[in-house]
This record gives sequence, C-alpha cells and structure tokens, in this order.
Amino acid sequence: MGIISRGFTGRSREVNPALPPGQFLTEDFPVLSAGPTPDIDTADWEFSIRTESGEAHRWTWDDLMALPIEDIATDIHCVTRWSKLGTSWRGVSLDTLFADVDTSSGYTMAHSYGGYTTNVPLEDLLDGKAWIAFEFDGEPLAPEHGGPARLLVPHLYFWKSAKWIRGLVMHDSDDPGFWEQNGYHLYGDPWREQRYW
Amino acid sequence: MVMHVDGNAVAGPLSEIFRADMTQASGECRHCHETTELARADVELDDVGFTLRCRSCTHVLFTVIHTNERTWVDLQGIAGLGLPPFER
Amino acid sequence: MTSGWKVGTVSATRTETPTGRSITIDVPGWPGNIAGQHVDVRLTAPDGYQAVRSYSIASVGDDERVQLAVDRLPDGEVSPYLVDDLLPGDQLEFRGPLGGWFVWRPEVGDVVQTEPVQLIGGGSGIVPLIAMIRSHAASANPAKFRLLYSVRSPEDAFFADELASLAGDDLEITWVYTRKAPEGWPMPAHRLTKDQLASASFDVTQNPSVFVCGPTGFVESVASWLVDLGHDPARVKTERFGGA
Repeated sequence: MGIISRGFTGRSREVNPALPPGQFLTEDFPVLSAGPTPDIDTADWEFSIRTESGEAHRWTWDDLMALPIEDIATDIHCVTRWSKLGTSWRGVSLDTLFADVDTSSGYTMAHSYGGYTTNVPLEDLLDGKAWIAFEFDGEPLAPEHGGPARLLVPHLYFWKSAKWIRGLVMHDSDDPGFWEQNGYHLYGDPWREQRYW
Repeated sequence: MVMHVDGNAVAGPLSEIFRADMTQASGECRHCHETTELARADVELDDVGFTLRCRSCTHVLFTVIHTNERTWVDLQGIAGLGLPPFER
Repeated sequence: MTSGWKVGTVSATRTETPTGRSITIDVPGWPGNIAGQHVDVRLTAPDGYQAVRSYSIASVGDDERVQLAVDRLPDGEVSPYLVDDLLPGDQLEFRGPLGGWFVWRPEVGDVVQTEPVQLIGGGSGIVPLIAMIRSHAASANPAKFRLLYSVRSPEDAFFADELASLAGDDLEITWVYTRKAPEGWPMPAHRLTKDQLASASFDVTQNPSVFVCGPTGFVESVASWLVDLGHDPARVKTERFGGA
C-alpha cells in the first residue's frame, strides 16, 4: 500500500463484487436497439428450434405458456458499461425447450423478428443458464425491451439476450451474428471483459 | 470512469507485466496483421484494467483486468510482439 | 525497466490557468527524463483506496526537481486534488519516467537531430511539448521548431509567458484561441481548421517530425488532417489525454 496522500479521500464509492470489470450500476433500464421495434401479436408469435437435419420444433404462444415457467432473479450487464442487479423475469428454460431436440451441433444462431441475429454456444443456453423470457419486473415484457418474448442469457453481455426472439438455428461452428460481425466479441463474457472483437 | 486514450497512457501498467517499455514495442494484430507500436493503440482505461485495440481494424489486441483473485492478461489478439534487441 | 513507486516532496506550486497548476516536486535520486515522458501519480486515501493517473513531465534533464502541470477535470478524481488541495511539503507518490515513444531528443546516439519538429497541442497537451521546447533550448539544438497551441482563451494557456519569451526564429508559435481571443487579435476566436493547420505547420516536403498532444478528439482530428495533408503517418506521433 502506498503512503497516505494528505487530504485525499477519493470519490465515494461502494465496491460491489457483483459488478463485472468496467461496469457501473444503474437503476434504470436503458433501451438500446439496432433497429426499430417490431410489432408482434402473440396470436401470430412463434418460436422454433431448427436442427442440422432440417427438423423444426415449433411453439405457439399458447404452447409456450403451457410449459413450466420459472421465476428468474438475475443481474444483467450491457456492453455499454451499465449493469442492473437483481432484475426479475419470468420465462421458460431452454432446457425445457431442448428436452426433445435431437442435435449434435454445438452452436446456435438466435434469430429475432426484425432480422437481428446473435450467436450463442449451445452449452451457454443449457443447464439453467438461459430462458425465453416474457415478463420483466412482474409485468409483460414491453416491446421496447424485447416483448412479447426475448432470449435471456444473463451470464453473457446483454446483446446476446436477443430481443423479439423468433428462433434458434443449430450451427456446427460459432458463426458471428449481427454485433459479432460489427465489432463485438464472439463470446461476450463480462467477467473477462470480452466486449470487442 | 473510463478514459479513451492511447497506448502511451498504459506505459506504467504495462511495466508491471513486461520488463521492456512496451509503448515502443510493435504489435502485430492477429486479425488484420497491421503492425504498429503499441503507443498508437486505441485504449480504454479504467480502475480495473485496460483494453488495447488495433487502430486499423478495431479488433482487440489485448486486455488486462485486475480482480481480487488475479490479474488476467488476454493476449489473444496479438500475433506477435517486436521488441528492441536484447543486450547480451 | 522496473518502475517502482517513488516518493517526492512538493516544493512549489504555481497557478497557470483558472483550472490548471504546475507543480514542482523534489525527488531524491530522480534518474532524469527525456522530453515527452510522463509519470503515473498514485494517491492513497486513509481507507486504502488508490487512484492512479498519468501526467506528462514538463521538465527535462536529470535535475532532482520534476515539474508536472495538471488541468482540473470537471468529473476528475485526482486532478481536483492536485490542482486545489496539494500543498508544498506534501508527499506525492509516483512511478517513472515512463514511455519512450512520444519523445524528442536533441541527439540520438551521437547523431544531432536536425529535422524540423512540428508540435501541436491542445489545452494541457502542451505539457510534453514544452518539455521538448525546453530540451531544444537547453541543448542549443539547431533544428527548427514550430508550435501550434490551441486554447480556449489566453488565460487558459499553460506556460504562456515562457512560451512567449522563447518564441523566435527557432520556435515559431501559432496561437489558436477557440472561445475568446486577446484584445486586438487579428482573428476572432475560432476552432482550428485543416487549412489553418496547413498554413501554420511545416510542409510535408520539409519532412518534419510531428507531435500532437491533447484531448482525444483534438488529437484525432489533427492527426487525420495531417495524413490528409500528405504527412507520413509514421512521422506523426500522438498522445491522447482522454476527455472529449
């Protein structure tokens, strides 16, 4: 430790071990989008998982609501440096959705209504790490925050939690999605500060 | 608090990891193969570490992050480093 | 080069601008520095919290007195302390000298440097540049120097009197005032433009070494103009201080 600097106290700060490196805490919920907010009616909504064999598993909104729904309390970390701790969501676990999916591919590309894509390795979607989330903070997920449903993968930077999720396509290699082709890291681990490509 | 600076600003932090003055070292970007002195790199610097990015293609050259458990140095973006010849 | 932390004692401070101050520190055993190098200053609060920031060294040579100049940043954590609170007699911890790239030497090995040197500074970016100017003057080096110094107003210039006294054939100074020009100044306040940069600086054909220092946005604009004007990017050295 260095010599004490007379009269220096530093900024008032709370050291929060829940914050990954380079992040700061926010109470807000900033909206960042690559394009306009799509308008999706749950009557028309569909989520699908397409495997390498071409087989597609599909769920309508009612199908989704009939599956086991979990309460999720988690921290979220945006690559633009804000983190929001203790957020609450409700959604269906990807473990439930993948239960009957037969695949030997290791990677997925998430596709959203509106055209957004992001890549996530399959193992980062399973074992309780990811959900199709449709409620935030006790309310139906607002369109500007990805409603009616978004992918929720909170252990990675939040650009991976694709808003307006429409489906997952299995890939044999870790092909980059939209932001991963435009300056962001292929994987995106906030604890290793993997922001940029 | 994050400062958007260049490789000159991390001469001190780099001296904790490397013996030589790394601002004068040349780094070859693994992505675009552009080779320039690290002093020229695009740097984000904050209380817990820093990221050096290639000014030509914006890919990350390397990252240093300090936590209570360890200091993590990720050199994946650097294909090679050129230093002045060592004295023998 | 292992840079351990050294402790110096502040011997003097001088107000340079409404937000800036130069600080002279006695450092026993200071190894000397080349013009353009910097130090990292470390402050420690009573609870052990530490903050580290880099500051360019205004002085040059192996005198045991080191001079820094600091501008107070609006959201700063360290600069307000250094500008407003630090007193002569206080101890300051730092490591250095650091950085061997953004430097100018009157001689490299035995070879006297004679190529023209173009210095371009914004605000507190003048600090490493004035070290180069002092090095040039102290060594009676024959190279021609030009300085382009951009500041908000005359009061915001660091080392203004010293620069004015050194100005002459070997150091041509172009002042750019961006918000308020002095009384009777031939041009109204304006931001630096590529055209003014071109007319004030050494031509590409003179093959100058160029050093640009100041806030990040300023340095990037100037550096890209220099390349547009034909300067070899390898001959343009830059040092960004952060900020806008």
